Amino acid sequence: MSTVRIPPTLRVATGGAKEIEIGGSTVREVLADLVATHPALAAQLLDAQGELNRFINVFLNDTDVRYLDALETRVDARDRVVLLPAMAGG
Amino acid sequence: MTLATPIPPSTPVTGEARLRGLACRSCGRPEPGALAFVCPACFGPLEARYDLDVVAGQLNREFIGARAPGIWRYLELLPVAAQPARGLAVGSTPLLRAGRLGERIGVERLWIKDDTRNPTLSFKDRAVAVAAARAVELGLEALACASTGNLAGATAAAAAAVGLPAYVFIPADLEPAKIDHALAYGATVVPIEGTYDDVNRLCLELADETGWGFVNVNLRPFYAEGSKTLAFEIAEGLGWRTPDVVVAPIASGALFTKLGRGFDELARIGLIERRPVRFVGGQAAGCAPVANAWQDGSPTWSPVRTPDTIVRSLAIGSPADGEEALALARATGGSVEAIPDDDTAAAIRDIARLEGIYVETAGGVTVAAAEAARRRGVIRPGDEVVVVLSGNGLKTPDARRLGAPDQADAAGRPGLVAPLRPTLTAVEAWLEARA
Repeated sequence: MSTVRIPPTLRVATGGAKEIEIGGSTVREVLADLVATHPALAAQLLDAQGELNRFINVFLNDTDVRYLDALETRVDARDRVVLLPAMAGG
Repeated sequence: MTLATPIPPSTPVTGEARLRGLACRSCGRPEPGALAFVCPACFGPLEARYDLDVVAGQLNREFIGARAPGIWRYLELLPVAAQPARGLAVGSTPLLRAGRLGERIGVERLWIKDDTRNPTLSFKDRAVAVAAARAVELGLEALACASTGNLAGATAAAAAAVGLPAYVFIPADLEPAKIDHALAYGATVVPIEGTYDDVNRLCLELADETGWGFVNVNLRPFYAEGSKTLAFEIAEGLGWRTPDVVVAPIASGALFTKLGRGFDELARIGLIERRPVRFVGGQAAGCAPVANAWQDGSPTWSPVRTPDTIVRSLAIGSPADGEEALALARATGGSVEAIPDDDTAAAIRDIARLEGIYVETAGGVTVAAAEAARRRGVIRPGDEVVVVLSGNGLKTPDARRLGAPDQADAAGRPGLVAPLRPTLTAVEAWLEARA
């Protein structure tokens, strides 16, 4: 089971939980499991095609998964998955 | 550090009829919260909304013209209830004809918007002034930021001016001049071992857990609006009209897109006539996600993991407003240019040598982008062009020497003469040897 950190914007859908233990061996499976256990998250996490919403960045142990294998990135039991809004500016 | 401090109670920006609070830029959903920055429905970025009919009834050219210099002369188009009682004197920077530089880059009617002349020597003072004003309205306990450098000094100084502590998070390898600048104002500077994007990611998590106002994270809907004042000043400086082309740097893309929004709002409230403006953006070739997408015809950008450029102030590999910047350049017939570091350094030398203005690396990128857009035909003969020079060269003192022609003398720096004895004979001998 990996740990997923839930940002405040999404905590209403998780009953206030900040971190959730989730199964799954890839980022895609982790997100699918997250949505299966917390259906209210589907509208926020996924777009109409079932792909990751473009305003969300996913980090695996502090590395943006776009620099790894995106949604197919392998997730280990000791890994930490962080969901954050896509936002940057110097 | 105090973690898990609760966010102060809500104080929505609705105290004035002209302010309509925050709404999602993507799905349009209104957001009632005071310090929200992400849409709870679709995760899109929030932005400030105005009732422009109300603003049109409150503002006219004479009214603005009679006000004191500075960004608050456009208060009605900024997302704060009232002009703040305390803060730095920001904005109303010079708009200058740049004939010599224009001749050099092939643009006859060139104007420089000299935003190096803000309190902390960069345009970031505009954005931070609005964020700091809002932080004071909300009663936040500290100002903070994730910075590529210019924002560090701007946040530190603004915090000092309004009497709040400042926490500045930077990539650990940032230019020393920028670190010292922030330290001088009493800020706590926290170097992070990583890229700017690592710092930014960390601050997104921290903003959730502290009661601090991160100017470019949880205060971003307010912060971003400050950049519109550059567009307001350009239009007012030209006699309430827009130029044919605006050239500006692209880091996150926020400044670039807010220039477009600023002109649009002025037209919508009737202060200027709506005329087409082409938007040209500049990025460093070593970190050019938006320029690469523009060149490839791609609808979106691909992130740059490891920026490789002397242009630290533009080294954002994941530009949050990149898609909007790309769309603005495309929709207006502009372009986004990728500038090699050697060209940036050469442009820094040209601007200083020809116009007497010393810019940091982003300014070099911007002028080189104007030249590239002229070669590409995006800037046409006879066009009136405004280049936004966003920061002062004292922040990046080593940059201008990159690739400089070898005219160095004994002191090893072009133009710097080896020390002479304090006698007329010595100086005359030197002059003679030089002739």
